[in-house]
This record gives sequence, C-alpha cells and structure tokens, in this order.
Amino acid sequence: MNNNNTHISYLDYQGKHKGILGWLTSTDHKRIGILYLISLTIFLIVGIIFGLLMRLELLTPGKTIMDAQTYNSIFTLHGVIMIFLFVVPGLPAVFGNFFLPILIGAKDVAFPKWNLTSWYLYVIGGLLAILAILLPGGPSDTGWTFYIPYSVRTTTNVMFALFAAFILGFSSILTGLNFVTTVHRMRAPGMTWFKMPLSVWSFYATAWMQVLATPIVGITLLLVAIERFFKVGLFDPALGGDPVLYQHLFWIYSHPAVYIMILPAMGVVSEIIPVFARRTIFGYNFIAMSSIAIAFFGSLVWAHHMFTAGMSDTSQFIFSLLTMIVAVPSAIKVFNWVATLYKGSIDLQVPLLYVLAFIFQFTIGGLTGVMQGVLSIDIHVHDTSFVVAHFHYVMFGGTGFGFFAALHYWFPKMFGRMYNIKLAMRTFWGIFIGFNILYFPMFIMGWLGMPRRYYDYLPEYQIYHVISTLGSWILVPSVFLMFGYLVYFALKGKKVTEKNYWGGETLEWQIETPPIHENFEEIPIIKEKPYEYKSNDLVTQFSEAK
Amino acid sequence: MSSTEHIVSHLHRDDIASRMGMWLFLFTELLLFGGMFILYSVYRYNNPDAFHLAAKELDTIIGTFNTAILLTSSLTMALSIAAIQRNNKSLSIFFQLMTVVLALGFMINKYFEWGVKFHYGIYPGSEKLLSKPTGEILFYGLYYVMTGLHGLHVLIGIGLILLMTYYTAKDIITYDNYMKLESAGLYWHLVDIIWIFLFPLFYLIT
Amino acid sequence: MMNENQHIEHKTHGYGIYVLVWIALMVLTGVTVAVAGINFGGITVATALLIASVKTYLVLTIFMHLRTETLVFKIFIGVALFFLIISFILLFTDYSFIVRN
Repeated sequence: MNNNNTHISYLDYQGKHKGILGWLTSTDHKRIGILYLISLTIFLIVGIIFGLLMRLELLTPGKTIMDAQTYNSIFTLHGVIMIFLFVVPGLPAVFGNFFLPILIGAKDVAFPKWNLTSWYLYVIGGLLAILAILLPGGPSDTGWTFYIPYSVRTTTNVMFALFAAFILGFSSILTGLNFVTTVHRMRAPGMTWFKMPLSVWSFYATAWMQVLATPIVGITLLLVAIERFFKVGLFDPALGGDPVLYQHLFWIYSHPAVYIMILPAMGVVSEIIPVFARRTIFGYNFIAMSSIAIAFFGSLVWAHHMFTAGMSDTSQFIFSLLTMIVAVPSAIKVFNWVATLYKGSIDLQVPLLYVLAFIFQFTIGGLTGVMQGVLSIDIHVHDTSFVVAHFHYVMFGGTGFGFFAALHYWFPKMFGRMYNIKLAMRTFWGIFIGFNILYFPMFIMGWLGMPRRYYDYLPEYQIYHVISTLGSWILVPSVFLMFGYLVYFALKGKKVTEKNYWGGETLEWQIETPPIHENFEEIPIIKEKPYEYKSNDLVTQFSEAK
Repeated sequence: MSSTEHIVSHLHRDDIASRMGMWLFLFTELLLFGGMFILYSVYRYNNPDAFHLAAKELDTIIGTFNTAILLTSSLTMALSIAAIQRNNKSLSIFFQLMTVVLALGFMINKYFEWGVKFHYGIYPGSEKLLSKPTGEILFYGLYYVMTGLHGLHVLIGIGLILLMTYYTAKDIITYDNYMKLESAGLYWHLVDIIWIFLFPLFYLIT
Repeated sequence: MMNENQHIEHKTHGYGIYVLVWIALMVLTGVTVAVAGINFGGITVATALLIASVKTYLVLTIFMHLRTETLVFKIFIGVALFFLIISFILLFTDYSFIVRN
C-alpha cells in the first residue's frame, strides 16, 4: 500500500520505462498477452489474405489469377502462418498469458522474463517466415508439412520457413514450460487441483504437449535443413533416407499440435457456458480429466495422417483403434456442455453465440475426423477437400471461434471498455454463415474426389468451388469488420469499471477492471469450487440499450 | 506430500519452481535427441550389416576415453554443488573449472577424431562416403549429426559453467542461493546422459 | 529478509556418495566395452542399452538429486520418458511388420 503506482491499471502502469518502450520491456503477463494479441492479429490477417487469394484462384479450373508455382507457395504460406503463427500460439499466448495467473490467484507467471522472451521469439519467427516471400527463389512450395524428398530438392526458400518454424517452436516451448510450473507452484492458498477453473486444466494439459511434442518437430525440421545444406543422407532417399520415417517424426509433433490448438478453446467454452447458462458446469471432474485424456491419447495417434503412405497393416490397425479412442474424451466434453445448457437460464450474449457455433462446428469437424480414422474411408478421402473441410471445421470453426468467443467474453475486463453488442451480434452471423458456406461444400466435393492442394480441377467440381469462394466473400469482410470494431471499441468504447460485467464466478471477475499491475491487492484464499451459481448469488445485472 | 509441495505465491524466490522449469527444459533436450535416436534405431534396424561395417572405422579407445572424461566431469560438477552447499567457495570454483577442463578435453578429442575422418575423406557429401552403400552413408550421417549436436551442447555447457564460475566468484551464487549452479549442473548431467547412450550405439557395434 | 519458506532446504548428498557413484559408472562403462567384444547380435544391443539405463538411473537419482526431490519431479520424469518410449514402440509397429526398400 506504500506505492500509489500499484492501484493504477496495468494499461497505465509505469515501470522502469515509459510509453512503447515500457510495453516492449514489460514482463507483466497481461501486457505480454496484449503484445501477443496485436502481433497475432497482424499475422492472422496476412494468413487470411492468402486464403482469400487461394479461393480466388480456385474459382475457375486452370489459371485464374496466378500460376501453379505461385499457388503452391501461397497454400504453403497460408498453412505455415495459420498453424505456427496463429492457431498454435493463439489462445495460450493471448488468453493463457493474460488470465492464467489471475484464474489461479497469482500475481504473474513463474518465469516472467522467459515469458517476454517467448514473445520476441514469436515475432522473430514470424518475420523470418514472411521474409522468405521477398527473397529470390520465392517462398517455400512444399506445403506446411515439408515432406521429403521434395523439401530437400526444391529450390525455393525452404530454409527460412524451417528456421522460422524452429524458432516458433522455442517460443511455444517457453510458454508451455512457464504454464506447467505456474500451475504447480503458484495457485492461491486453498485452490486444490479440483478447485481450479476448467480453462486452467486445459492450459495445463496443452502446456505439457507443448513441452514434450515440440522438440521432435524441431529436430525433424532442423534435420531437413541440415540435409539441404550438408547432404548427410538422413532424409534423402537416394542416399538411404526414408520418407515415411520423416512423416512419422513430423506427425509425432503435428498431431499433438492439433490438440494444443483445440484444448484451450475447449477450456474457454467451459468458462463461458456456466456464466451464460447461470448454472454450474455439468461433470466438472469429467471435463477436467478429459483434458488430460485428450493430451495423453492425442500423443498416440499420429500415424492416422499416414494411412496411405505405405505403412504396415498392423500399424494401421493400431493407429486406427487409438484414433477411435481419442474421440471419446472430446465427446464427453460436448455432452457435458450441452447438459449444462439444457434447462439452464440462458442469457444469449455474444460470447455464448460464438460458443454455440463452436459446439455445432466442432461436432461436425470431430465426427468427420472419426470418419477418417476408419481405414476404408480414409483410403478414399485422404488428400481430398474432405480433409481440408474437416480440419477447418475443427481448427477454425473450433479454435478460431473459441478465440473470438474469448475476445468477446474477456474484452471488458482486458480493456475496461465495452463493444456495441448489436453490431457484434450481426457480425457474428456474417462470420457464422460465411464460414459454413465456405467450408461445407468442401466436404461434398472432397467426397466426390476433388484433390487438395490442386491448382487445377475437372469442371464437375466447379460449382462447389464457386459456392465456397462466395462463402469466403461473406466470411472475410465480416472477420475484418470484427477486428475493426474490436480495435475501435478497445480504444474508444464506453468505459467499464465494474468488476463483474457478466456475472462470472471465477477470480478474474473479482478484481479491478482493467486489472491492476499485480492483479490482486491481496492474494485470495479459496474456499469454493468455481461455477457455483446459487440463486441468491446473482451478481451485477448489467443493462444495455437493446 | 502436500506439506513439502506447499503453495508459494507471493515470494520473490521459489527454488522449487526454478528446478521445475529447468527439468521441463531438460525434457525438451531429451526429446530433441530422442528424435534422433528414433532415426538411428530405424536405420540401424533396416541396415544392420552396413552399420556394423561402418562402425569399424570408429576408434573405440578414444570413444571410451571420452566417455570416462565426461563421466568424471559430471562428478566434478556434482562436487562443485556439494562444495558451495558447505560454503566452500574456492573448492566449488575449483571443481567448476575442473569440469570445464574435462569438457575441453572431450572437445579436443572430438576435434582429432573428426579430423582423422576428414583426412580419410569420410564426411557428409564427400565423394568417398557417397560411393559407399547407403547403410554406411546413413551411419556416418547419424554419427556426424548426433555427435555434432552433442558437441554443440558441450560447448554451450562450457560457456554456462564458466558463467557460473564468474557468479560464484562474485558471490552471486552463495551457499544459500545456488539455484543457478544447480541448474547448470542439471544441464551438464543431461549432456552426459546423452553421451552415455551415444557411446555404445556408435562405438560398440562391432 | 530471509523468509523461512523462501527456499525449502534441499538436502542433497555428501562428497563421498558422488565419488562412489562415479566409481560405479566407470566400472559399468568397462563392463559395456568388455561385453561388446564378446557377444553378437541382439543380445549385445540389449545389454548395452540395459547398462546405459542403469548408468542413467544413477546419474538421475544421485548426481541430479532426483532421489531427494518431491514426488512431483519423479512423476514428471515418468511422463517424459513414457512419451519418448511409447513413441518408439508405436513407431516400430510400422517397421517390425514390413519390409520397405
């Protein structure tokens, strides 16, 4: 209480440095979360533009606006940016950083300086990836999967993409390492494991996967770079290298990576549903344990990406079986969320809209994933648009919408301002409708045989491509509109000072809006489980002009 | 168990958290090399005779000697921590410097080992190597990459330990604040463990 | 200024035990080299790996103080090792049952 500075919000706090330098040198987890948010959004916009260009090209068979080589580079960049610069860091880097310490009653993460380092690594990695576009040779055209032997032979700037991914991997590892230690060591007194909010369970399970799985893709990509430079032969079939072995090593990370992507979004859903159904979550223990189960089984299924690569039959059976099993904990979460909503006191605010869309889209994406786990089906749909639709439904319809939901849920707390709810709702519908028109046709045309990563196609598929591209023209402007109004209202929206804008029952809704530098004046002592909604406990009834 | 793992949320210093963070980092190193061990296992499984043949060129004596050097350096590292715990600053510095000397010895041996190979024309991309059967090319590819990456970690370790020596001399590391030294020790022991597995897999196949 | 729960007294070992472990490690290294000269085939690999595992166990528990750490650390190591080993095993289901040239 001796330093007045401590009562100022984290946005205005002045440490050793002032202004922008103060932000760039801050080890405050909240500021780092905002830094990530800004840089992430920029890279996301670049990735979206590449997607838009792809859809333009696919409007007609043959060349529409670019040649085949360019198309290959564009889809590679689209994948690399979206995966390594948006979806993987995504929720943990922004909302995990901002809210994990608050949710467990801590003042910061375990290693604040390493936290800032992880952001700098992120930015450097991102710039390296983009730099490849500008240099002669052109950006990599291997696809984001860098399969050998092509990634060893191609003359495009693969090295930049490889090093970018390697550095981004380090950023991810530092975040994971930080979160595991934070959850173990910095929970407030009384917060036992089963009193933690569910998003913390998700961030924790995700963090373990970040620590364990990322190094494997790190070494694999490093070895591709070494192969290109030194010709050691490890990944060159002419010298004895095994392309299928590369795929194994690549997917040992890249499959858990998709669970790194979805688990935090599921955590956000588990946070939002109790608040807007005014009900304690159904099956807290099961949802918590399912996060661990997803991380566990998700690490055992990687070869389902390789069913047509030439694996042994025995191996295919084993991985197919494991893939069936990994769907179970995800399904448990969906059942519990729906059970919480059923007969709840529903308050259909913007975060809940995005969450409902998540449940719808993640179910479609998840079920089509299980379909591909069936060997006989996968033979036909592997490397078709069906797969592309599947992963966009889970990664974009799932994690992407989860990200948007988190933005709209935690917005008042983060910025001390509020967006226009009517505008947000209308924009939501644009995004939701655009998304489904864009991606659903891909299921159909993929089923009918349209290959993925193909620049040219038979005329019978054109109708689906046209519908899909029209969907992108609804989706992208809506998403850009969303970014636009979020930035506008973060800077100029109506001020919010109440602590508990939505009536939540987790710790972030008991502190100042926006939070002070050290989050808590006094570390709380936890006595209750989260989401304990009692009828006499309803907090602030906020009013808004409808 | 819960009494020892008690929650520390408002302290400036948490030694257990520091150790936890270091162990988690070590896991990433374990898996980094683990990926290469997986590569090794598959290629050896598929090319047993070629690996056997190629391994004959490696000098088992130097390899064993280097293993002994590295194991001893692990001992001196552990002893340096025991010394600082007993407030014996100069003994701790002595053991830290011994570790560095041993590590340098390891690197010098490595330099000569590789030098001999290069002299005989066996290095990645060389004509002589590329004319051998693919199994042997793979063996040497793995040999250079794995011992090379390991050597890089040894060099980093040398730098880290010298930094710790500086900190110890300047009383930044003391008998009741030695987590930095312990972290450096953990790193060094992992480097040793990786070599414990590298040694038989490359030098003792014959 | 020194809060008593600031650092939990992490009792580690005396000088002597480290030297004993070192002797054991050197002996085991000698055994590995000797065995390599005698046996053939799969047994040699298995023996070498077994001895390497024993050496690793000694380094982990004594040199790296895992023996005096709380249970959490041991579980951590278990998780990391489990991930590595299961990746090995599952990957080998592809290679043990197929011949690919």
